[in-house]
Amino acid sequence: MAGTANHDYHILEPDIWPLVGSISALTFTSGMVLSWHPDVLGPIAGATVLWAGLAGLIATFFMWFKNIVIEAQRGDHTPVVQLHMRYGMILFIASEVMFFVGWFWSFFDFALFPTPLSFDAASGSTTSLFGEAGAIAQFIPEGMEVLDPFALPLLNTLILLCSGTTVTWAHHSLIHGDRTGLKQGLWATIALGVLFSFIQAYEYSVAPFGFGGNTYSSAFYMATGFHGFHVLVGTIFLAVCLYRAYLGHFTPRQHFGFEAAAWYWHFVDVVWLFLFVAVYVWGGWGAEYH
Amino acid sequence: MATTAEGFDIHHDDHAHDHADHKPGFFARWFMSTNHKDIGTMYLIFAIIAGIVGGAISGIMRLELAEPGIQYLQWWAQFMGGGNDLNTALHMWNVFITAHGLIMVFFMVMPAMIGGFGNWFVPLMIGAPDMAFPRMNNVSFWLTVAGFFSLLFSLFVPGGSGPGAGTGWTVYAPLSTSGSVGPAVDFAIFSLHLSGAGSILGATNFITTIFNMRAPGMTLHKMPLFVWSVLVTAFLLLLALPVLAAAITMLLTDRNFGTTFFDPAGGGDPVLYQHLFWFFGHPEVYIMILPGFGMISQIVATFSRKPVFGYLGMAYAMVAIGVVGFIVWAHHMYTVGLDVNTKMYFTAATMVIAVPTGVKIFSWIATMWGGSLEFKSPMVWSLGFIFLFTVGGVTGVVLANGGIDDNLHDTYYVVAHFHYVLSMGAVFSMFAGFYYWFPKMSGRMHSELLSHIHFWTFFIGVNVIFFPQHFLGMQGMPRRYPDYPEAYTFWHEISTYGYYIMAGSMIFFFVNILYALAAGKKAEANPWGEGATTLEWTLPSPPPYHQFETLPVITDSMDYHDHRPATA
Repeated sequence: MAGTANHDYHILEPDIWPLVGSISALTFTSGMVLSWHPDVLGPIAGATVLWAGLAGLIATFFMWFKNIVIEAQRGDHTPVVQLHMRYGMILFIASEVMFFVGWFWSFFDFALFPTPLSFDAASGSTTSLFGEAGAIAQFIPEGMEVLDPFALPLLNTLILLCSGTTVTWAHHSLIHGDRTGLKQGLWATIALGVLFSFIQAYEYSVAPFGFGGNTYSSAFYMATGFHGFHVLVGTIFLAVCLYRAYLGHFTPRQHFGFEAAAWYWHFVDVVWLFLFVAVYVWGGWGAEYH
Repeated sequence: MATTAEGFDIHHDDHAHDHADHKPGFFARWFMSTNHKDIGTMYLIFAIIAGIVGGAISGIMRLELAEPGIQYLQWWAQFMGGGNDLNTALHMWNVFITAHGLIMVFFMVMPAMIGGFGNWFVPLMIGAPDMAFPRMNNVSFWLTVAGFFSLLFSLFVPGGSGPGAGTGWTVYAPLSTSGSVGPAVDFAIFSLHLSGAGSILGATNFITTIFNMRAPGMTLHKMPLFVWSVLVTAFLLLLALPVLAAAITMLLTDRNFGTTFFDPAGGGDPVLYQHLFWFFGHPEVYIMILPGFGMISQIVATFSRKPVFGYLGMAYAMVAIGVVGFIVWAHHMYTVGLDVNTKMYFTAATMVIAVPTGVKIFSWIATMWGGSLEFKSPMVWSLGFIFLFTVGGVTGVVLANGGIDDNLHDTYYVVAHFHYVLSMGAVFSMFAGFYYWFPKMSGRMHSELLSHIHFWTFFIGVNVIFFPQHFLGMQGMPRRYPDYPEAYTFWHEISTYGYYIMAGSMIFFFVNILYALAAGKKAEANPWGEGATTLEWTLPSPPPYHQFETLPVITDSMDYHDHRPATA
């Protein structure tokens, strides 16, 4: 290693982005609050703060990862530092898993211990039938249609599973020094990811129920929505890898940036499988399909 | 550079500054830091500031509670920009208990123990030059500060019937949803998101550092117990905090987007929030105490001049506490209508935790047994910890019983219990750690006399505050009330006198720090003698800006208890 240091660890220079990122995060969250409560500072102020914070966050992420890539290219990432990153990524995914545990927990709570509700499709409003004679406790409110799991959700399942194989194709190509295969596999994975997001967005736009009102719709959109956000992040991560592949960054021996993106993508894939089985198929079982 | 993948362009020259004691300029050093010791120092200063704020709030509360009736709350309601009416005054009470709880948990104890002592001493104790992710280390700190600011913002916007978030630190629905429609609760929730994100990143950093940066020869089973404690704590943070993030995100959408997660009108369930919260919240209480356990183990061994008794048992007791800590959460919810089988399970599981905790208490005592005891300030604080934490632990076993808790739930008995384990457990261990490591961090010796006066006055003060609260709880005084019938006056008055003693005691702490920094004797590398065997004592006080540029080697001939390299 450099200077007088006689070890392989990565000692970093002072860096402004952690401070900028934290201020941006605070600005972003405050902007959200101000947008939700326009009575505090007015709607324009809220939106301004929100977008300023978001811009700061995006700039931070961009510069932060740019710096990591520069350091990787410079050779700062010795084997032990690469191992750090493996640990870091695994632990980050573990925490993400626990984040989704929260959504699944609430979903199963509502599904297994439902209260009687009725849904008015015309107005989209839900009424509690609790305490009314003859009311039957069921998860999907009476009168509410859900999405047919074996239509677009099944297609999306196949798309994500397929993208899991294309990212493996890219990985194997990379390991065997086949840069063309790496790029083709990544292009295919990103295309499938974008396709998934479009189908999901389309399905949201035609779904017969909105976000609020009852527990099924709340849990459905929260779980699938955060998954969708993760697909978006994963797609961007893979797109960065594709760009780096064109720059010739990855080598068969050192390409952790790619591996991290692939791990993340597989994580997103697995979460979807649970969502598909639990929320779409099992959760909607017995209800009317839209 | 050991190995580099082919095709990489390598520049070494821009690292030439890496000289051990070259410090960056003021702004770069403190606002752009990538140095674990500087970040640890900032965490400690931040925790002290937050502690002053949180402690001042508890002073307001003790003053209000000194006698029956509403004394000061209306003045506070007006001062904070609310109305002069009783509703706003009572809301201010809720704001104070909320701010006190959130500040002490998220902005005092956690930053001090994990951010402060963890950052400073985990790398030093395992023989590492820094943390695994130095930049991420800095963002963890600044996100904690950002969270604190978000909580401060909440004080200046409407919450329930007045300014500020008055939900309690648990942020239970429906008080936190339909009960407090103003933006204050959103700011408070985002405060938890921000500091929680910082803590998750910090946890990732600590786990990676501990698994991957131990000096050659330092196996997991040779690691100092403080490092073990931070490792277990980091796992608890990593796995528990995301569940809180999910729960409070559901609060946000219930508040702002019409979802009904916790709203029975749409099929939701407020008790679900409590489950999600305490699935985080119970590991959280171990997050607050485990690093304290680690520090006490180091200090008791140092001042007994003996290796800690039952090293492996001590390490795995913490692992056991961490694991079992995830499956006892509903003992915080005995009165929500759990069925009797569920209560029996959670009672039994909770009591199981007393076993590894007992292993720790008895092992500390066994460490002292036959040792060459020296009652320096860190040691007296540790003894105070062992005694008072045990008191809090014993009342914890009482409260673990679902049947008994039906009576004691939400009374001052619970308040007394958790202040014995936190204000006396966690806080005593932090003072112990502070006096133990202050010479190492600052290079100056503090006054033993002032430290001892601080200890005895603080010891008396907190016991006078909190011991009577057991009686109040047994008599039925509920938590989170600013007013009470006259029957409770006597012990409340005593409790408030205790606060005066405790607050006065803190003067000795601050004077001691200032004295030490200004005129304290220069500290040697190891001021504590041969009992201090961990690696930080092999370095000068304060350590060089970048330590261990040549990694220390721990040889096989050493037992677990002596972590110094053979040449030290």
